[in-house]
Amino acid sequence: MASLRNVIIIGSGPAGLTAGLYAARANLKPLVIEGLEAGGQLMMTTLVENWPGHRNGVIGPELMAEIRAQAERFGAEILRGDVTDVDLSSHPFTIATSEERYTSRTLIVATGASARLLGLPSERTLMGHGVSTCATCDGYFFRGKPIAVVGGGDTAMEEAIFLTRFASHVTVVHRRDTLRASKIMQDKAFANAKIAFEWNTAIEEIKDTGKGEVTAAVLSNLKTGEQKELPVEGVFIAIGHTPNTSLFRGKLEMDANGYLITHDGTRTSVPGVFAAGDVQDHVYRQAITAAGSGCMAAIDAEKYLEGVPQHLGEAELHA
Amino acid sequence: MASENVQTLTDANFESTVNHTPQPVLVDFWAEWCGPCRRLAPTVDELAKDYNGRVVVAKMNVDENPATPMRFSIRGIPTLLLFKGGQLVEQVVGLADKDSLKKLIDKHV
Repeated sequence: MASLRNVIIIGSGPAGLTAGLYAARANLKPLVIEGLEAGGQLMMTTLVENWPGHRNGVIGPELMAEIRAQAERFGAEILRGDVTDVDLSSHPFTIATSEERYTSRTLIVATGASARLLGLPSERTLMGHGVSTCATCDGYFFRGKPIAVVGGGDTAMEEAIFLTRFASHVTVVHRRDTLRASKIMQDKAFANAKIAFEWNTAIEEIKDTGKGEVTAAVLSNLKTGEQKELPVEGVFIAIGHTPNTSLFRGKLEMDANGYLITHDGTRTSVPGVFAAGDVQDHVYRQAITAAGSGCMAAIDAEKYLEGVPQHLGEAELHA
Repeated sequence: MASENVQTLTDANFESTVNHTPQPVLVDFWAEWCGPCRRLAPTVDELAKDYNGRVVVAKMNVDENPATPMRFSIRGIPTLLLFKGGQLVEQVVGLADKDSLKKLIDKHV
């Protein structure tokens, strides 16, 4: 068993690393367990245009490398590994990876969210063979080929626009008759001659599992019930995210969609456990808000450790 | 990107390496621009060290070698393929942790 820690942070996106930076500067010697998808969702982006301080934008993976190096510079220890279990029922908390068990006085959960899938069996079979959730990773394989993007939010528009660099044609398939995406992203998508829209439409099936590659998407119009086949070689799924909270089921309070519930800043239902970033935010979900809440979580953890909790009784603190 | 225990495969030497290596061959298909590939790389390096002598671990850059990825209908990276006696026995698309990869490899060593 490793020595008792002040702060363990699970996750290494903008929330986790900013929490690491602040906790390190508070001399708490935090341990950041980075998780399988280290760096978080920004690792799958290209140019981030809305991170303040970079007037010409900043490349997502480069931004994460910078924040990581900044956290390390002040003494945050970043561990490659994935947390497999947590015990929050007694103090100190126990956090286990497949290789080691750690104990800590406080825990900051910044496990983020992952791309949601349609739930079709063909989608799983064809993942990596034409079905993808990451345009920047896989777009390259669709040079000169027709593809579909599923979804109507900012991510879907970003992916559709990015994919026009490679694809011959991009069809956006969306369940509603209007987009959820921000005005600026909508305008960019509508202005792009390579992008077409299928409104009020869902994907029923992706073909062809027998061949082991994508040949078409079966579309169903939700208003008329009409079905048709769209010949595509790729299907990119951008229908939103689900929070990565399976580790905390039954241990931390969460809402019906699995998002951790926080109160009075970043406090969760267990004193000494804090949550930051997309794992507790289904409203803003921005890199900058994640980083902001990571900072808040580190400050909340620091205050808790100092023994001056604002909303906790002494008995709870020393329990 | 390759460490000392990791071989570099190309379209030219892929076939002969996979067919004529007595041990299982694990091939990591990657590209410079692929963020998740960079995240998987240290795990692949560790596997190469852990299985040194028992499994040949190799990397193939899909930018420089388009033929082999096309042959295996690879449309997403990182993808790991495990070959034994020239036959494809396992494939893993996307990120995976070291433990689950070890379990897959152990079935074939």
